[in-house]
Amino acid sequence: MAENLIKPENLVYKKSGIMTDRVLHYCPGCGHGTAHRILAEVIEELGIQNETIGVAPVGCSVLAYYYFDVDMQEAAHGRAPAVATGIKRVMPEKYVFTYQGDGDLAAIGTAETIHACNRGENILIVFVNNGIYGMTGGQMAPTTLIGMKSSTSPFGRDIKTMGSPIKMTELVAQLPGTYYVTRQAVHKPANVRKAKKALKKALEYQKLNKGTCFVEIVSNCPSNWKMTPVQSNEWMEENMFPYYPLGDIKLPQDENKK
Amino acid sequence: MKELRLMKGNEALAEAAIRAGADAYFGYPITPQSEVIEYLMAARTEDRTGMIVLQAESEIAAINMVYGAAGCGKRAFTSSSSPGISLKQEGISYIAGAELPCVIVNVVRGGPGLGTIQPSQSDYFQSVKGGGHGDYKLIVLAPATVQESVDYMKLAFELAFKYRNPVMIQSDGIIGQMMEKVELFEQMPRLEPDYEWATTGKKPGKPSTIVTSLQLESEEQEKVNHRLQAKYREVEKNEVRYEQFHCEDAEYLFTAFGSSARITRKAMEMAREKGIKVGLLRPQTLYPFPSKAFYDLADQLKGILCVEMNAGQMIEDVRLSVNGKTRVEHFGRFGGVIPNPDEILKAFEQKIIGG
Amino acid sequence: MTEEIIIAGFGGQGVLSMGQILCYSGVMQNLEVSWMPSYGPEMRGGTANCTAIISDSEISSPVLHTFDTAIVLNQPSMDKFEDAVKPGGLLIYESNGMIRKPRRKDINICVINAYDESIKMKNTKVFNMIVIGGFLKIKPILDMEHVILGLKKVLPERYHHLIPLNEQAIRKGMDIIQTEHSLN
Repeated sequence: MAENLIKPENLVYKKSGIMTDRVLHYCPGCGHGTAHRILAEVIEELGIQNETIGVAPVGCSVLAYYYFDVDMQEAAHGRAPAVATGIKRVMPEKYVFTYQGDGDLAAIGTAETIHACNRGENILIVFVNNGIYGMTGGQMAPTTLIGMKSSTSPFGRDIKTMGSPIKMTELVAQLPGTYYVTRQAVHKPANVRKAKKALKKALEYQKLNKGTCFVEIVSNCPSNWKMTPVQSNEWMEENMFPYYPLGDIKLPQDENKK
Repeated sequence: MKELRLMKGNEALAEAAIRAGADAYFGYPITPQSEVIEYLMAARTEDRTGMIVLQAESEIAAINMVYGAAGCGKRAFTSSSSPGISLKQEGISYIAGAELPCVIVNVVRGGPGLGTIQPSQSDYFQSVKGGGHGDYKLIVLAPATVQESVDYMKLAFELAFKYRNPVMIQSDGIIGQMMEKVELFEQMPRLEPDYEWATTGKKPGKPSTIVTSLQLESEEQEKVNHRLQAKYREVEKNEVRYEQFHCEDAEYLFTAFGSSARITRKAMEMAREKGIKVGLLRPQTLYPFPSKAFYDLADQLKGILCVEMNAGQMIEDVRLSVNGKTRVEHFGRFGGVIPNPDEILKAFEQKIIGG
Repeated sequence: MTEEIIIAGFGGQGVLSMGQILCYSGVMQNLEVSWMPSYGPEMRGGTANCTAIISDSEISSPVLHTFDTAIVLNQPSMDKFEDAVKPGGLLIYESNGMIRKPRRKDINICVINAYDESIKMKNTKVFNMIVIGGFLKIKPILDMEHVILGLKKVLPERYHHLIPLNEQAIRKGMDIIQTEHSLN
């Protein structure tokens, strides 16, 4: 029965050719898979596979270079924006992106993030924020919400001793070097479409040499939040979005005037 | 026509890098090496050769920018001084692990900690024995003159690309700050290579290129280590460089590298004037170390004095090299203090002749 | 011939450039040279010094602790380097602001009032050139021709019109230096 259905005319979805055939190692229900897919689709649609160089972080997406069929470099923890700077400066005609999690981008790599943005490096920074350290097993991240439990904040994040969750995206939007700064999600089809549009714009802007484009994707972590995928998405909507509201934070100057 | 100039060691390094066809420099200011980036900025390298010069937000960022540029097959380098090199160690380990070519200049100052800005050689261990984590080696060149700073910068890029390995030029506050007469080589073109290991954009019909030092399987990582070790054996076979003075009839030997070799040479000359048959062996490569040269000389020697501006680091390699065949003692001044030839000679007479 | 020189004074007196001019002149005269500054915090407003070595043979150590000639331009430098002159060597000091005169009897001592002379020349910037002139009078290791070539190398091109003035200052220094104590 099922075999009869596998026909070209019945095809409703095909993975992007920019995604390799490797099986993703991400947990079921994790947003990384979707985020990878839409970034790959954008690269495909723009026809820039051979002109794109990506930088993978340390974190859950450390193996991103196995999944994107583009040239990629693996950076040390937090250093992706510096590595991307090195690449872009010597190959200014290429499209360069980093793909980083919250621990990588907003904790250990804060200086590299801020300064790449401040210099206005013509790169795309994709920031996947799920408020937790996934790869190392659910420790507190700089973006972990107040009161949220993690293995290193077992009684909930306490502002007094652990500080408040950091809003990196609002922070980099303040810098003159950033050109386009937005916060998106990928848990629902509508959000996926918007997020994809944002990534596409960001890569298109790279041709203009106007500065850093920064796309945050607020995401989930079913495994370490200890929830089902559906529960994690509901929890994300109820708890993450109020603190990390979705939408554009900084639009290119000329678009603002329209 | 020879182009002779009077240049500071740091400036000469920078000029040599431009002429060697370097594509990019990423650095962060620190005494006593800030002249490198100052010189490069003033030289308007982007107009002159197209070379990129960027002042990074930190030494950490700088070495990771080098990683990125080197990963694209470009001739990238950075420079710093001891505390800054400590910060770079993470990146250096990644570069060694990912087998990327680059040049790192360390204009050594006294430590530990913030230490002093005065010259020192106390980073020998850091340069030669690792510095960062994991089983890796840097090729380490130790210039003793401003001219060698120039020549080694060119050589460093050649070796880095020959072996796809980071090369360190270990200078110090004396060599970096002093001015000497230098002969500069002609401007070399910046290359437009397309290495198969470099990320320059995926080639149609070929697999994408990945620059990484990560292996998930320990067996795979062991293979990487075997490959690295095989490469290091090649380096040891091909790239040992050293200089000998008056070693033919020597009954005793001084050994020193970099600036302390200059000072020790004066002590050797003073000893020769007294009729003492003493020679000087100066390693020019600290890794690979000229072990065989020491071993071969050891039989004719009654003792070796190893002079370093540190508390005794290279002496360990000298002792390993002679393998007990002769006595090896150390004399050092450190913390930024420079030894003088009189005290070196005195130490030699006490520790080696009288010892 | 090997001449090992220490030049010391306040920052701003042109101590470092004096050494550089001597060395570049040496390069022009096809001699071996080495110039080594003191560097770091001590440069900022305090005393500065540099070692200049000029030789007709290869220079081994660029760092020295005794010198053939010490040129001292302030009291702290006199205090620090008078004893570093080799027996039979030369000490040149600038007389302004010097509280204590040199006390050694085993060296040659010369004095130069370069500051007053520079005021007379209506350009205090040539102060150090007057001192160089004095030194070259006592130790004629470099020809004027090569010193002028050296100056051209050290001075940025926009100052090359000042070279005649500098030459004049060097000649003035040669005229006004006085021997205070001579071993001969």
